[in-house]
Amino acid sequence: MPRSKSRSDVAFRIGTGAFGFVLIALVCGIGVILAIESLPSIQKFGLSFWRTEIWDPVSGEFGALPFIWGTLYSSVLALLCPAALRQPLVFITELLAAIPSIVYGLWGIFVLVPAVRAVETSLPASLRALPLFSGPPLGLGMLSAALILAIMVIPFVSSISREVLKSVPPAQREGAYALGATRFEAIRAAVFYARTGIIGAVMLGFGRARGETMAVTMVIGNNPKVSLSLFAPQYTMAAVVANEFAEAADRLYLSALVEIGLVLFIITLIINSFSRLLIWSMARTEKVVAEPVEAEAAA
Amino acid sequence: MTPTGRRKLLSSLFVGFCAGAVLLALIPLALILFFVVSQGVMSLNLAFFRHMPTPVGEAGGGMANSIVGTLILSGLAAAMAVPIGVVSGIYMSEYAGSRFAAAVRFAADTLNGVPSIVIGLFAYVVAVLPFKQFSAFAGGFALGLMMIPIIARTTEELLLLVPGTMREGALALGATRARAVFSVVLPAALPGIVTGIVLALARIAGETAPLLFTAFNNRFFSTSLRQPITSLTVQVYTYATGPYEDWHRQAWAGALVLVSIVLICSLLARLATRRLERMHARS
Repeated sequence: MPRSKSRSDVAFRIGTGAFGFVLIALVCGIGVILAIESLPSIQKFGLSFWRTEIWDPVSGEFGALPFIWGTLYSSVLALLCPAALRQPLVFITELLAAIPSIVYGLWGIFVLVPAVRAVETSLPASLRALPLFSGPPLGLGMLSAALILAIMVIPFVSSISREVLKSVPPAQREGAYALGATRFEAIRAAVFYARTGIIGAVMLGFGRARGETMAVTMVIGNNPKVSLSLFAPQYTMAAVVANEFAEAADRLYLSALVEIGLVLFIITLIINSFSRLLIWSMARTEKVVAEPVEAEAAA
Repeated sequence: MTPTGRRKLLSSLFVGFCAGAVLLALIPLALILFFVVSQGVMSLNLAFFRHMPTPVGEAGGGMANSIVGTLILSGLAAAMAVPIGVVSGIYMSEYAGSRFAAAVRFAADTLNGVPSIVIGLFAYVVAVLPFKQFSAFAGGFALGLMMIPIIARTTEELLLLVPGTMREGALALGATRARAVFSVVLPAALPGIVTGIVLALARIAGETAPLLFTAFNNRFFSTSLRQPITSLTVQVYTYATGPYEDWHRQAWAGALVLVSIVLICSLLARLATRRLERMHARS
């Protein structure tokens, strides 16, 4: 009898494990398939793909520099905005995190872009001479894209940060207050304690911003030119794929777009692994500090 | 000023700064909701749900085909993602300590973080290219890929919440592992898992990017799984980026419907979890 039972247990473990394996297979499959499909473009252009600014479907020449630049530039700008620590208004932020990105994009086109255009046109000429503000005041462009990304990332980053801060042991805060700390000093101690987790949250937010497609496509202006100007229409990696993929007729064009997807995927892998590591290492220190002897030694 | 006074001042300044940051974050979000509701209500009517899109320039019309399309695509996605997600979630919680479970968990988190446009590319290569045909099936496949990790992680978390004594009781009575899970542990967590599935559905119903070149778009009414099919989100995208006033109005109405779906699902889920928590507290 025990033998048949253990056999059924083994079958159960293997059966459910097989479904788990599907997930691993999917992740590997995505990487492999994207790599295979982008081979023609990798072979033809090699590394120069990522350094050149030419994007010419007609003559079959492709360089992805504008998209990388646009992606990094807009993601970093978006993260500069929610740098401040946020208190939780949990339910609302969670709802807002669930709003479809197409809705943000719609709002971006019809409300944000005209507002940004008004700001741009009202800027004094002396400021407009700076490279940061050069170019025609279209409203569509880097500034609008960064703003909409920031708005979308805020609920995401704040809800993860909140969870990380919640995991700080109460003793930490109570200790700070007991020593006569003010509210600010107690919060500072808690934030310092949770710093790795918060950095992890910010990185996951960066990942969100980098992969966000629709809202950015709708407001960034879609122009493959590298520019420092906040007002210039630019492009991101996700946006170029969304815009041009359905029209990509010949094999090389398609392959170039898939290669962009492949790089987005690799960046996802890297960012994810790194932020998970940070959050894990934080969980480990938590355990260590929970033990009184260790805590004394640390103090 | 005394040092203590300075510290107290700094502290109040900081608290004020935090409050300011909250306000700053909430203003644009409140604005978005305000515009979606005010613009959407103006153009939303019964015809929007019942009629097909009209040709450009003709007034009226609706998105009946897109609404049906979104339902079909979400259904396909759920049919694919629910079994895979739930069973792999069971594996992760039952064998939580094992190496392989950690690998599955990492795969789920990675899949969850893959940009939706990349999921679309993958689905295109796997489900469109071999058949030389955009199809509802390919769109459902792409959405299903996005749904799997969400369901897997929710299932795992909820199963871990079930008190260990229930599982041990079943095993002590001589149940096999499978029987203990399917007859005792899973039913206890079922309401929560269903809630998680509803939330995942709400999220993928709002996805656009993976559909652009898998389900593509269709101006006509179609329920065929092998034909291109339209969806609310892709239709809103087409209308919003188009040049016509009528289109823009329709886009706002579509956005309002999308947001309502998300809000209603979230509220229902919240109510359900609250009831669950109360049940747990009582027992």
